[in-house]
Amino acid sequence: MAKLTIDGKEIQVADGITVLQACEEAGVEIPRFCYHDRLSIAGNCRMCLVEMEKAPKPIASCSMPVGDGMAIHTNTETVKKARNGVMEFLLINHPLDCPICDQGGECDLQDQAMAYGFDHSRFSENKRAVADKNLGPLVETHMTRCIHCTRCIRFSTEVAGVEVLGATGRGENMEVGTYVEAAISSELSANIIDLCPVGALTSKPYAFEARPWELSKTESIDVMDAVGSNIRVDSRGREVKRILPMLNEDVNEEWISDKTRYACDGLAKQRLDKPYVKKGGKLHSAAWHEALDVIGDKIRGLDGRKIAAIAGDQCDAESMMALKGLMDGLGSPNIDCRQDGAKLGGGSRSGYVFNTTIAGVEDADVCLIIGSNPRLEAPIINARLRKRAGAGGFRVGIVGENVDLTYRTEHLGAGPDTLKEIADGTHPFCDVLRSAERPMLILGQGALARADGTAVIGAARLIADNTGMVSADWNGFNILHTAAARVSGLDLGLMPGDGGQDVVGILDGAASGDIEVVYLLGADEIDVSKLTDAFVIYQGHHGDAGAHVADVILPGAAYTEKDGTYANTEGRVQRGRRATSPPGDAREDWAILRALSDVLGKTLPYNNIVELRAHMSESVPVLGEIDTLTPSAWSDHGEIAEMDSAPFESPVTNFYMTDPISRASETMAACTETFVKEGQKTGTDG
Amino acid sequence: MLSDKDRIFTNLYGLKDWGLEAAKMRGDWDATKAILEKGRDWIIDEIKASGLRGRGGAGFPAGLKWSFMPKEPTGKPHYLVVNADESEPGTCKDRDIMRHDPHKLVEGCLVAGFAMGADAAYIYVRGEFFNEAATLDAAVQQAYDAGLIGKNACGSGYDFDIYVHRGAGAYICGEETALLESLEGKKGQPRIKPPFPANTGLYGCPTTINNVETIAVAPTICRRGAAWFAGFGRENNTGTKVFCISGHVNNPCNVEEEMSIPLKELIDRHAGGVRGGWDNLKAIIPGGSSVPCLPKNICDDVLMDFDSLREVKSGLGTAAIIVMDQSTDIIAAIARLSKFYKHESCGQCTPCREGTGWMWRVMERLVTGDAEIGEIDMLLDVSYEIEGHTICALGDAAAWPVQGVIRHFRDEIEDRIASRRSKTAA
Repeated sequence: MAKLTIDGKEIQVADGITVLQACEEAGVEIPRFCYHDRLSIAGNCRMCLVEMEKAPKPIASCSMPVGDGMAIHTNTETVKKARNGVMEFLLINHPLDCPICDQGGECDLQDQAMAYGFDHSRFSENKRAVADKNLGPLVETHMTRCIHCTRCIRFSTEVAGVEVLGATGRGENMEVGTYVEAAISSELSANIIDLCPVGALTSKPYAFEARPWELSKTESIDVMDAVGSNIRVDSRGREVKRILPMLNEDVNEEWISDKTRYACDGLAKQRLDKPYVKKGGKLHSAAWHEALDVIGDKIRGLDGRKIAAIAGDQCDAESMMALKGLMDGLGSPNIDCRQDGAKLGGGSRSGYVFNTTIAGVEDADVCLIIGSNPRLEAPIINARLRKRAGAGGFRVGIVGENVDLTYRTEHLGAGPDTLKEIADGTHPFCDVLRSAERPMLILGQGALARADGTAVIGAARLIADNTGMVSADWNGFNILHTAAARVSGLDLGLMPGDGGQDVVGILDGAASGDIEVVYLLGADEIDVSKLTDAFVIYQGHHGDAGAHVADVILPGAAYTEKDGTYANTEGRVQRGRRATSPPGDAREDWAILRALSDVLGKTLPYNNIVELRAHMSESVPVLGEIDTLTPSAWSDHGEIAEMDSAPFESPVTNFYMTDPISRASETMAACTETFVKEGQKTGTDG
Repeated sequence: MLSDKDRIFTNLYGLKDWGLEAAKMRGDWDATKAILEKGRDWIIDEIKASGLRGRGGAGFPAGLKWSFMPKEPTGKPHYLVVNADESEPGTCKDRDIMRHDPHKLVEGCLVAGFAMGADAAYIYVRGEFFNEAATLDAAVQQAYDAGLIGKNACGSGYDFDIYVHRGAGAYICGEETALLESLEGKKGQPRIKPPFPANTGLYGCPTTINNVETIAVAPTICRRGAAWFAGFGRENNTGTKVFCISGHVNNPCNVEEEMSIPLKELIDRHAGGVRGGWDNLKAIIPGGSSVPCLPKNICDDVLMDFDSLREVKSGLGTAAIIVMDQSTDIIAAIARLSKFYKHESCGQCTPCREGTGWMWRVMERLVTGDAEIGEIDMLLDVSYEIEGHTICALGDAAAWPVQGVIRHFRDEIEDRIASRRSKTAA
């Protein structure tokens, strides 16, 4: 502990922190632009100057470590003069175009100019103008506004791990840019917009869309991947204008992926806003009661075994609970939430969640990644892995595709053969795992969504057991999900009952005629061509694959339009909140199922979401424990069996389009064009 | 006046050969092993006792700086970095040392490196000094071939390597931490301190950075004794120093002289006096372009050392004396320096990046008189907003010349504005 005086007040702070942090602890606010908690210290904006006794000149508080006996003054004439001076320098070449700047209203420079700026300018020379850069479809630049704090450079280099941004030129000709014109090829690139303290980097899709004070802000949970990033949905009227990250140290810190941020324009496209019923081979819009009656007529009296249901990747727990209740009522054992056919579920929760936890990654010292590309499947978790790698003493082995994860990895092999060697203890990487204090493994869906998935889990479990990955205070066995709905779906038991069919069985059954009615709850990532002969009910929010084969369409709500419970890949249960209303006649999903259950005479025992959640907590207590993580008991997951030797492949090939919302998004289409298809272009393209 | 026998740089003018044999004849590499055998502490104590202050401009006591290096091995290599990025306008002493007396520097690297426990020395030579780097490189090679450096340097059992590295011609890379960045292959921008280089320097290892002249005089000090060196100059400003005299003098030159020599005597004796006589003097910049200029009345009796120049609100800097006679447009001269600093600012931190350009633009208007009287004070205020608020000293260096000209020649600036006003009114 160091004892120092700040403005005459004595304070004890931890060693190694900076004067700026100590001032914050003392409740003294220090203005800053370049300093950011999660980035390295640059010390270049000079806004945080304070006076230190015995120092000949003011010191930059952001970069000065605290020392015992320091005396800091933050409110002297010298400090005031220094801050005013820096503010004046920042403003002389900054265009005062706040009225047409998207940052207006949420701009650090604007705010701090109110406190430290002059009311007039002494600068009578011409202002500098800087050419804008093209950073791709997400980040708009107005480089004349840049104050050279280098936060964006530090973020992309340190957190995102792509060294594309840098400063060129010297003195007042210094420019931030990409050296040669290039889009920022990172799944986290748009976070630099949040980091930019001025309006130099703004959001391209959101350009001139709205002012911050016009937006209503709803804190919610993202469903684009299984990370469960905490987000803020900014909406005006019925429209979701933008999505921003919310701070959650345990999950996403303060970053979100580009898909989380920008897929939201897909919420306004391709929406199902009315119920539809197929008549004479064509879908016709219908009233709710008509659509439900058509379903009722079809199902009533049908043997439960001829009915099946598949839940999609973005479903909230409430609707899955209702679906499960309805199928139970109809006596159907054919239900599955694993669209991709991953061999997960049953048994203890420790067999299908990310046991180490996302924050726990920082405590690990070795990581074995099996059949996963976390950079595409969960960029936020990949950023944690990179953060851990940056701290040193972290080895990462990959079994699967040898991909660039932005940190150093060792490619051990492509598939099950290598996995088997590691499980047998014959692979050299076993020594690395065994000698590690806190080893972990990440098992991706690419290794599980295959016929031998159970054997892969068994092999991974064997590795975990053999290398001491599971102990009283550490569990290094992790499943990395790609679907936001998956963990809660497995918690709720949306898996085939006795004699029931899984996704593959349902699709085959529908093709062969054994299954007559298939209920798709937001399920689009399946081979719908097998469903053409069955009576398909599609409940969801987008006119995607599932809706195309539907006989009845029931319009549901997207994640921003309903209150919903989601368990992320760690098993962390979080609640999303409704930011806007569903379009047209669309309704919240659990309510649609509740209404249908009434029509079918199998009425579900709850009349509102509070009752539903009470039921849910009762039958699956873990889904009632919001924002808390309770480790679950370790058991014999998977089975030891022969594995196919086909290599593992990540299920995500195009990060930007993985679900109905992102597939409908124009921004994501532009990203696909820029980042995914760019590499495939030939010389004669276009 | 310094007598010939007391000169350290006996081949400053390149009248003799720079090579190893000739250097040995001049006394270099004489019993270097014996110096090393006296031990690290002895060398550092000797340098401390000699009162040697850094010759690069800041004047930090050299012995003290060397003593900051870790005494025990840290598990990392330790480095000596020699700052040969001599770019300060008016300064040309290191250049002559490197091209005419390089073995002084090479031997100095060994002695200083040994004293601070360095594993290797890097000499960072200004990009434009192509021939000088080539000569230095050859001298280093000669020393390697003769077993003076490298493995078992001078038979002392101490291994020491020297690398010559050429910069790319940026003034800011003469700032010690920007030099380290550049040496590491990065953009030359000063680092924030702390951590200081003695703790975290080149490649994160303990490093000491010294000017060429500081290092080059060390072996002679060790050979002739601290007392000899301390016998020159005033207390706290001891030793001999290479002065670079340029501008409106009859005989511009580099000359090694005693510290604390009166400025007038220095110019009259070695540079053939001011062009047109001492009375024709207008102003002198006494320590390289970055220090404030001094008007004639101060130059009359000021002594050339750190303390006396600081008393008159200027500085010894690199001891590069720029003499300007009455024909000089002092405002234009300083405006040119402002342009230099604007051009050489690295752009990293706000006050310097934005302020140097602002000052230059106002200075340019002051040259023509196209300004308001009030802008003089505004310019002064801007210079104070830069001074002391930046990461490195370039901000100060840009501010000081402007402050100097306003301090001593405000009348001239005001006259210029007034005369333009009357002209345009007519």
